[in-house]
Order: sequence, then C-alpha cells, then structure tokens
Amino acid sequence: MEPKMEILKDIATSLLAGNDKKIVEEVAQAIEMKVPTTEILDDGLIAGMNVVGKKFRNEEMYLPEVLLSARAMAAGVALLKPLLIAEEVPSRGKVVLGSVQGDLHDIGKNLVGIMLEGAGFSVVDLGIDVPPEKFIEAAIEEDASVIGVSSLLTTTMSKMKGVVDLVEERGLSGQVKVLVGGAPLTEEFAQSIGANSYAYDAANAVEKVRELVGEG
Amino acid sequence: MRPTIRFLDEQLITRILDEARDLLRTLGVTIHNQELLSLLGDHGAEVDLPAEQAKLSDEIIDKALKPSPSSFQLFDTLGNQTHDFSGDKVHYTPGSAAVNILDHATGEARRPATADYIRYAKLVGGLKNIAAQSTAFIPADVAEPIQDSYRLFLSLLFCEKPVVTGAFTKNLDVIRDLQLIVRGSAEGLKKKPLTVISVCPTSPLKWTEAASQNLLDCARNSVPVEYISMPLSGFMAPVTVVGSLIQHTAETLSGIVISQTVNPGTPMLYGGAPAIFDMRYETTPMGAVETMLIDCAYVEIGKFLNLPTQTYTAMSDAKLLDAQAGLETSMGATLGALTGANSISGPGILDFINSLSLEKLVVDNEICGMTFRLLEGIQPRDDFPALPLFQEFLRDKHLIIADHTRKYLRDEIHFPGPTIDRANRARWQEKGAISIGEQASREVERLILEAEPTRLDEGVQAQLVERMEGAARSAGMDTLPQRDA
Repeated sequence: MEPKMEILKDIATSLLAGNDKKIVEEVAQAIEMKVPTTEILDDGLIAGMNVVGKKFRNEEMYLPEVLLSARAMAAGVALLKPLLIAEEVPSRGKVVLGSVQGDLHDIGKNLVGIMLEGAGFSVVDLGIDVPPEKFIEAAIEEDASVIGVSSLLTTTMSKMKGVVDLVEERGLSGQVKVLVGGAPLTEEFAQSIGANSYAYDAANAVEKVRELVGEG
Repeated sequence: MRPTIRFLDEQLITRILDEARDLLRTLGVTIHNQELLSLLGDHGAEVDLPAEQAKLSDEIIDKALKPSPSSFQLFDTLGNQTHDFSGDKVHYTPGSAAVNILDHATGEARRPATADYIRYAKLVGGLKNIAAQSTAFIPADVAEPIQDSYRLFLSLLFCEKPVVTGAFTKNLDVIRDLQLIVRGSAEGLKKKPLTVISVCPTSPLKWTEAASQNLLDCARNSVPVEYISMPLSGFMAPVTVVGSLIQHTAETLSGIVISQTVNPGTPMLYGGAPAIFDMRYETTPMGAVETMLIDCAYVEIGKFLNLPTQTYTAMSDAKLLDAQAGLETSMGATLGALTGANSISGPGILDFINSLSLEKLVVDNEICGMTFRLLEGIQPRDDFPALPLFQEFLRDKHLIIADHTRKYLRDEIHFPGPTIDRANRARWQEKGAISIGEQASREVERLILEAEPTRLDEGVQAQLVERMEGAARSAGMDTLPQRDA
C-alpha cells in the first residue's frame, strides 16, 4: 500500500477506536506528507466516521464509543481547519442548534451537536430557551444552511412553529432548512408546522442534516 | 450479595420433611418392579412383594441421603463443561416434552416432524442464555417405540449442548447407547455426564414399571436423573401448598432411596413439575402463581437437604406468543432464578406443556438473560467516594464518555437482543412497526441460518446413525426420515 493510502487508513482506524491522541499525530503526519487536505478529511476522518455510524446503527457500537470517535474527529478537524480555510474549501454545512424558546432542556440537543460535529459539520450551539429571532439572526450571521430546533416538552413544542414561520417571513426558505426533534415530537407534528425535516434521535439527526445539505 | 427469595422457614421445612417421612414409613410407596422391591427389602425396607409396596424407614431414607451428591456437572457432546449444578447456580433448559409445535407461519399448533426438530436443535445452539437442550417435542414421523430415543439422536447430531431428556418406555437401551457412543465408554460417560433423564413418579406415591426401570438403569449407568413429581393440588394432591409439598417431598425422597440404594452416589436433581388443578377448566396451569409457590418451596426443601435442584417454572399456558405467555414465563423464570434452582425448565413452552414455539424460545432466552442480570444483583464499582465522578459530571455536563461509564457499562447494564424493543416509536416505525412475534420469527430464522454444524467427530456421528437405524429397523421402519433440512 502506498504511504498516502496507509496513513488515511490509519486515521480511519484510529477514529473507529476513538483514539484522539493518535488521530492528532496521524493527521499531522498526513499534512506533513502533503496529502491533500480534502483527502485527509474525506478519505480518512469522514470515511472512519461513516463506519462508526454504520456500526452504531447495527448496534455493534454503543453511544460512548461513538462519542469518543466524534471527539477524535473534532480533534482531527481542528488541525485541518486553518488549511481548509486557507485553501478556501467550501464548508460541508453549518448547523445552528438550540432548544426552543421556553425549553430549558439541553441533553438531547447537546448529543445532536456532538454527533453532527463528529460527522464533520460545523455547529453553532445557541443553548437553551432560544427565541425564533435569535435562530434566524445566527443563521444569517453564520451563513448556516440548517437550523436545528429541539424540544422536550409538549408545552414548548408548539413554539417551534415560530422558527419555521420566521424563516419563511424573512424569505430564507430557499437557503435555510429547519430540522426539528425531541422526545414528544413526531413526523406528523413536524410536517404540520411546516418544518423541512424531523429526526427521532441524534444519529438520525446526522442523517437528516446530510439529506438537507444534499449529501443524503 | 446474590438476591435470594425464600418462602419457607426452617421449622416448616422440617415439619414437611417429617410428615413426608411419616407417609413413606406408614403408607409406603408402590413400585412396579420386583427387582427393585427385593433390593430395597435387602436394605431394610418393609416390602410386600405381591402388593408391590415398600415402606421406607427413616434409616433407609437417611442412608440414601448420605451418599447423594450435592452437586454435579454436565458436559457438551465435545466434552466441555457447560453446567455446574451446585450452590445457587442457575441454568435454563427448554421445557419438555410437547406433542405440538406452534407453527409461526400458520398460527396453528401442529404435529412436528424431523425437520422441525432439527430447526429447534440448531436454534438452541445459538441461544446463549439457555445452557442445555431438552428433547422438547416429539417428532411424529418416526415409529412410536423410537420417538423418545430419536429426539436425543437428533439433538446429539445437530447441537452440541447437553440434553435433558426422558424415556417413554421402560427400555433405555438406545438412549444409553447413544450417550456411550458420544463419550466412547461407560467410564467416559460416568466422568462427563451428557444428559439428565427425567423420571416421573405417579401421584400418589407410585413408581410405574417404566419409571422404576428407568431409575434402576440410570443408577446402574451413573446417568444423572431428575425426579419429576407432579402433585396436582386439589385433584391428585391436597389443595393446599403445604399438603402438595408433603406429597412432593415423599415422592421425591422415595426416588432418591431407589437411586442411591441401587448405586450410591448416582447424580440427581431434586426436581418436579407440580401444578394446581384449575377446577373451572379441568386443567393443570404451569403458569399459576400457586404452581410457582410450590415449585420454589420444594426447591428450598431440596436445598435444605443439600441436593442440586430442578424446577419447571419458566413457561406459560397461553396458546400463542402473547402477553400471557410473557407474563407467566417472566414471573416463573424470575422466581425460579431467585430461589436458586440449578436447572430451570420451561423456555419455549405453551399450553400446559402441549406446545413448543421456536419464537417463544427466542423471547424466553431474553427473559433468562434478564434474570441472570437480576442475579448479579447490586455491587459498588468504583462508586466510593462519589465526589470525583460528580465533579467530572459537572465539568463535562454528561458522563457518556467518562472512563467510569466505559469501564462498567457492559457489566452494569444488560443489553437484550433485538427481540426486546427499546427503540423510540419513530425508529420502531421506520423498521416496520413489527410485533415481538414477528421480530422473534426473524431472529429464529437468522439463528438457524447462522448455526454452525456440530464439531462432533464424523466417525462418532456415523455410529450414532448406525445405532439409530438399527433401532428404527427393530421398530419396523426401513429408513429414518431425511435429515438434510
């Protein structure tokens, strides 16, 4: 195997093992070897993360292992980031994330954030109790293509419609998609408020974001 | 600590044993076997040969209990140890023996054939919470005289796990020979038992010609037995739990006396399959809560006598794999496990032991897995002092990737197989919103497809076939059914 292929394979393997220290060493080595930045990202890190996702779906890996891999991914991406910016490589898509106005829960939303970052997306986490305006402003400012809104309460889920409506009102429907999720939600509810997509758990959210940005 | 459940105090156990001994001393036990009666007479029993009665004194009972092994092991067809019947160690085996198989495709209970039995044996090989096979149902496509040994034959060819079995006649020759072929010699079989033979007294206090001959032959060959006393409370036993226990104790003690008098040290399980009698339907519900009470209580009596134990608790009287099947099987398996019964029979069984369902066997395997987790109980695992972990928790906002979580996740939390649905509704719907029965059916097919052929020596397999074909010819069959299912 040629050295370039070998180092990319090593990166993917370390990612699967969730070994962030090794990932940092290997990504640095790959950069030094002049492996194109996009190849390190696509054929090393993202390729490894795709295997992780598959194994999680098949119940061969559980959440702790997935999150370790996600952490390793983030460590690798951090090294690549300056190069990606310098080379003007277009971002894979940015997601603005938050718990809906009135909702103070953030465990599910945090999990979605970790998984999205692990899958190579940039995430801007607005935290909890986020009013619709703040979602929209952040999306414009960050040039995000997806807004992810989370809700744990049946009393706050109705507020999600406010985000969808405001995207429409500001004429952003073409460039910003709204993904909703949270324990009490259903696909039917998501459709009823006009959301672009619904995710039933964090791993599913990654799949849905991929679809929304045209990677699905 | 290991969680344990107890229903009897020592005073009550002692009283039940005293009353049982009184029955054996005063009324005696009927044994339709002159050879055994003479032997018991030689050892001090008061025997009435024409009446086929033996009265058993305290001395003869005590003499029998003394050499009774408090534990023994079972070994698979390859000679690897799979069971340790000692202390409170729990092992599950499918219930037996049903006349029907519940056909998942049609929903009908029908007579099973060789192909069904092979599927069953392959499936049991893949169920990790079920340590033994049983000859769980009766293939109807062979002549009646060999239906018992034929089950064992198929089990030995298609699954490596040891077998809980039994005979339908007084002739154990084929069943013995098949085991001798696998082990290679009588000494080898004695050293590494391959089966447990169920032998059933008839209530009240009687050993039929077949049962007594089976006890005699097993003892002579040092083949382990389990005594399956079956008092039916209110019909063929007193209606009370205590009265049924007295009868069960007397019948089981009489079995111990027979085995240990023939061959002191014969391995055996203090077992049973009692049931209440439901006066409304004239049925013998194995899933009744009182049945379970009797089961657990006699296991306690067996333990009091320092004997390994067996019970029929993990089963149901439902006709389908439905909620009743789940609730009765779960309750029985849990109680049996908490009592510390060494061998628990029942998984797969429905309908008063008339039907076996492969799909239920898969579901019950999960129930058994959950009871094993229950038995592991609660123990601190780097939980003291608690402060550092909680500091980490507050710092990282979650513990999903904490070292503590990763170290203990799989020890602390039992993750059941795909039959137990734990997905959220949307994910469940995405997978087709299927019922437990359908999911279990898929698992049945997967496990059968993935089953590896036995690693039993091919020469040994050929000898098994030769012996079985010989038995079939004696029973009037030219050939055995095809086994390429």
